[in-house]
Amino acid sequence: MNGKKLSFYLLLMPLLLTLALLILLPQLDMLGISLRERVSYGVYEFSLLHYQAFFTEPLYWNTFVRTAVMSILATALTLLISFPVAWYIAKIAQGKNKNLMFLACLIPFWVSELVRTYGWMILLRESGVISGFLQWAGLADAPVEMLYNDITVMTGLVYTSMLFMVVPLVSTLEGMDDSLVEAAYDLGGNHFTVLRTVIVPYAVPGIVSGCIVVFMLTLGNYLTPTLLGGKDSLWFTEQIFTQFITRFNWEQGAAFGVLLLCLSSLIVWLGLKLSKQSFKQAMTSDA
Amino acid sequence: MLKTMKGLLALSVSAAAMISASAQAEELRLLTWAGYAPQEVIDQFEQETGITVKVTKSNNEDMISKLRATRGAGYDLVQPSQDRVTGAQKEYRIYKPMDLSQLNAEQFIPSMLAATKTNTTINGDVYSVPHIWGTSGLIAGVSESKNAYSFNDLCSDDYKGKVSYRLKRPTLIGFAFAMGEDPFAAYTDEKKYAEILGKVEQKLIDCKDNVKAYWSGGDALINLLRSGEVTLAMGWDAGGWKLHKETGNINFVPPESGALGWIDTFALPAKGKNDEAAYKWINFVMQPEIAAKITEAAGNFTASAGAEEFVNDELSNSYKISYNQSSLDNIKWYPPVPAGLEIIEGKTLDRIKAAQ
Repeated sequence: MNGKKLSFYLLLMPLLLTLALLILLPQLDMLGISLRERVSYGVYEFSLLHYQAFFTEPLYWNTFVRTAVMSILATALTLLISFPVAWYIAKIAQGKNKNLMFLACLIPFWVSELVRTYGWMILLRESGVISGFLQWAGLADAPVEMLYNDITVMTGLVYTSMLFMVVPLVSTLEGMDDSLVEAAYDLGGNHFTVLRTVIVPYAVPGIVSGCIVVFMLTLGNYLTPTLLGGKDSLWFTEQIFTQFITRFNWEQGAAFGVLLLCLSSLIVWLGLKLSKQSFKQAMTSDA
Repeated sequence: MLKTMKGLLALSVSAAAMISASAQAEELRLLTWAGYAPQEVIDQFEQETGITVKVTKSNNEDMISKLRATRGAGYDLVQPSQDRVTGAQKEYRIYKPMDLSQLNAEQFIPSMLAATKTNTTINGDVYSVPHIWGTSGLIAGVSESKNAYSFNDLCSDDYKGKVSYRLKRPTLIGFAFAMGEDPFAAYTDEKKYAEILGKVEQKLIDCKDNVKAYWSGGDALINLLRSGEVTLAMGWDAGGWKLHKETGNINFVPPESGALGWIDTFALPAKGKNDEAAYKWINFVMQPEIAAKITEAAGNFTASAGAEEFVNDELSNSYKISYNQSSLDNIKWYPPVPAGLEIIEGKTLDRIKAAQ
């Protein structure tokens, strides 16, 4: 082996070690734990029981479907809200304004997710700011409870993931030649046709990569649904947490973890197929 | 190049030496409940013994999970409730037996020490000694028109949308008692126990509309009650007394079917590194004056003999408002939980959570 090759492998080592020790190994261990069943005190044997439980107990299955549907919805909403924002930052705002707007999207992420979520709770709770304001303005005659429902959870999720949609969209849209849009208008297109036939197709890689990131973050979110959703929150990650920490049922929790990984990958794969994008293209678009 | 390498090497060696030197200063890593190790007591302990105390706040499930993940390493002293010691020990072997000769037995209230020893003995080895005891019951805005409360009130229309409890095992047990069952007697009979839980599950699903939110930490509950968003809750006595001191009209009430009594203990993790410091800490906090300070911080009474004399009047009065002799006698003390029950309870709790 010559020196060049050796240095190549040496340089590769940190990456390989990180992947193997921090990602591959724990996942394999999870898989191992999920495939065993507790027989008696400290005695375990191989079993598919916990995967079976997921498919036979409607509770777990429903929770997963609910989480997936709400995550897809949250992703779509985030896209709808972020697109105009990204368009403005990329194409309309100039110089200093542009940086300011970008900063405005970034600033909420300077505090932790927990603090941001508590911020929403202070605003929305029955004795909170908005409820107080509505009563003061005479729009409500009793305290209004705005926490602990699905709409609140959705608001929190969209708020949390905005940045991860805006960034890839801005970088894709910035690369677009303005003359394309001008040409489309010159050829008689109205706002809608220009958006549909020129802008969106150009931005698809950005949209897809933004959607994948937001979907995965939302699906794996724990704090926001739990804190804002209250008694009906029901999020799949919460199920995993409960199995591990309060039920001491690592086997069931590990099975859920493996299933979450597989099912979410499947959803992303389906999304890529439907939008006719390749994963590689989507992930490198904003580089 | 070589010179800088040497310099770096020297630097890292001296850094390592510094780290090991600082590790030599004695340290006690304590995994406990909020309020059980007030700063004042820690400072005094450090002054007297030179041992630094590092406190991590936790709860029963979290303690077991943390120790299970490390097979009993990472802490030198933990404080699980006595009913959760033997099950966890048999299952995960996370504790080591206590050497009772290291403790001043006369500092403990004899009946409590004996009860905890019996409840946490496996094969003749004692795994924990009692520290703080208290009860769970109801916290309510007390009015003159109503003088008896039951866990069933949590399902009453009078409190629609104004109720909070934990979605954990004490709630299931409390409701089972309120419905006239005896879940503790059914601990050894899984089938009977599952049957009782089935009834409780139905009841809790039927009146889920009553619930404002499930609380998960004592502070969250106190906030809900203080703001008036919740008017009836299942909670710990200390939280109720704290609110009574603040508001004057919210207080802890033992329910008719009996409050649920727990004792939090001291146990040694299997791979704890400083048992000596752990025993020192136990002996230190069980002194009546120190125990009284902890009572004032945590709001609950300790198993330390003679500590009550040092507790301020306010706290002992709130305790007397809530309890008379008959409600004290009616406290249902948790017996050790056999392993396996928690799986049944878990499924029940999951179904209640998921019910729409």
